[in-house]
Amino acid sequence: MTEFFQFLFSGLTVGAIYALIALGFSLIYNASHLINFAQGEFVMIGGMATVFFAAAGIELPLAAVLAVLLAVVVAVAIERLGIAPAKGTSAVGLIIITIGAAILIRGLAGIVWDRNFHSLPPISGEEPLVIMGATLLPQSLWIFGVTAVIALLLWFFFAKTLWGKAMMATAYNPLAAQLVGIDTRKVVLVSFALAGALGALAGVLITPLAPTHFQVGVMLGLKGFAAAIVGGLGSGLGAIVGGLVIGIAEAMAAGYLSSAYKDAVAFVIILLFLVLWPSGLFGLRGIERV
Amino acid sequence: MLLEIAGLASHYGRIRALDAIDLTVGDSELVTIVGANGAGKTTLLRTISGVQPASHGVIRFRGEDITRTTPARRVRLGISQVPQGRQMFAPMSVEDNLLLGAFTRPRHEIEPELEKLYGLFPRLKERRRQPAGTLSGGEQQMLAIARALMAKPDLLLMDEPSMGLAPRIVERIFDTIRELRATGVTILLVEQNAFAGLSVADRGYVLESGRIVLEGRAAELLADERVKAAYLGL
Repeated sequence: MTEFFQFLFSGLTVGAIYALIALGFSLIYNASHLINFAQGEFVMIGGMATVFFAAAGIELPLAAVLAVLLAVVVAVAIERLGIAPAKGTSAVGLIIITIGAAILIRGLAGIVWDRNFHSLPPISGEEPLVIMGATLLPQSLWIFGVTAVIALLLWFFFAKTLWGKAMMATAYNPLAAQLVGIDTRKVVLVSFALAGALGALAGVLITPLAPTHFQVGVMLGLKGFAAAIVGGLGSGLGAIVGGLVIGIAEAMAAGYLSSAYKDAVAFVIILLFLVLWPSGLFGLRGIERV
Repeated sequence: MLLEIAGLASHYGRIRALDAIDLTVGDSELVTIVGANGAGKTTLLRTISGVQPASHGVIRFRGEDITRTTPARRVRLGISQVPQGRQMFAPMSVEDNLLLGAFTRPRHEIEPELEKLYGLFPRLKERRRQPAGTLSGGEQQMLAIARALMAKPDLLLMDEPSMGLAPRIVERIFDTIRELRATGVTILLVEQNAFAGLSVADRGYVLESGRIVLEGRAAELLADERVKAAYLGL
């Protein structure tokens, strides 16, 4: 039983990180029905930039804030320089642009920073809590807390504010959104900025537990994407549940089967969902009368 | 003049959809544009709203040149459109659709406006929590009109509000248009149903292949032999 809880805690921790990344996918999807495969690179920027800002002598909390801001700037640049000029391009074309942006960012990170693994100190020490015989690191509690707060803020934004609704409306019907006076270009830009911040935040939080590297965004991005698909693209609750499902499944497979299967689990799940249940657990099925 | 259009042209790629359009709409007027499918009626309204670029000519709203202004800014200036095909935010509730209609208005004005429109369209109030996509065609058209009115427009553009609706519902829509004009809203209406469209109007224009071929008092157009032959099926 101790074993089970140990796997569960580690699954929940990494699952909460996947959830943050999945929320980034959903945010951009909600504003523009675009899937941004550069999402994982925001996570990498969050971790790597914090490490290098800190190495340059900046206090750690400030370094983390600057790293998040840097990811926001990069996200905005992708939208302005990559997505906005390609207006009218097919969905697949736009996705390829984001993949290209991801490769570019990764390459630049490898050159501007370096190609080594780096870690960060945990926020409140390394003294683990013992629950049901299993250990839980304080960093995990930080991750749960931050993810929960972000999820609540986003829920409030989309369900209760006119600006949040305007973002959804832009995805559902861009023409109608323009005709009611929503500046749809601004909406897409804001969604990229928010997604950049969420991704970088995930990167800052996970680096003390899993070392960062210039290529760490590939796998984290794909896991976050898997989480978004499982939960239903565009659903905030779905992103959270999807992230936890992937995280726990991965930890259980690694613990009870072999850690060699860890990465395969997410991709088996994503394939099953894409074939059998493409709208995901909480995704909207088309309710439209034409 | 509320709206003045001079020499307006617009293209889809290399295809000219509008050519040398001159058109005016005065305060509190109801002007109808009739024409066959593909004559450019929808393009004209899209160009006035700014979601379709003008390649030539000038659009003035209350004397201000808005030819290059963004669509969002035109809504703020007072131009609102009921688009063809209703264009609901389908998965969102009826009420959210209406609230978004008032996106450009100061927050404190939204609630009273909502109550006013629920008074005008009680059916929408009954269905306020329902996703807009689940409403019937007629209800969706009412919602599209109400959503456009939430912006409190000085000029309401209406694109084929009767399209695809049962005759009884079409009558309801035209009653609504009459009520609106009685309250002083200026309306530029585009209709394939030329008889119904011209019957409620003060003036009319006939559009053919992107050009205006005829204009005049609505009553005169209804009596015009060419209009009768081409559009009224008489």
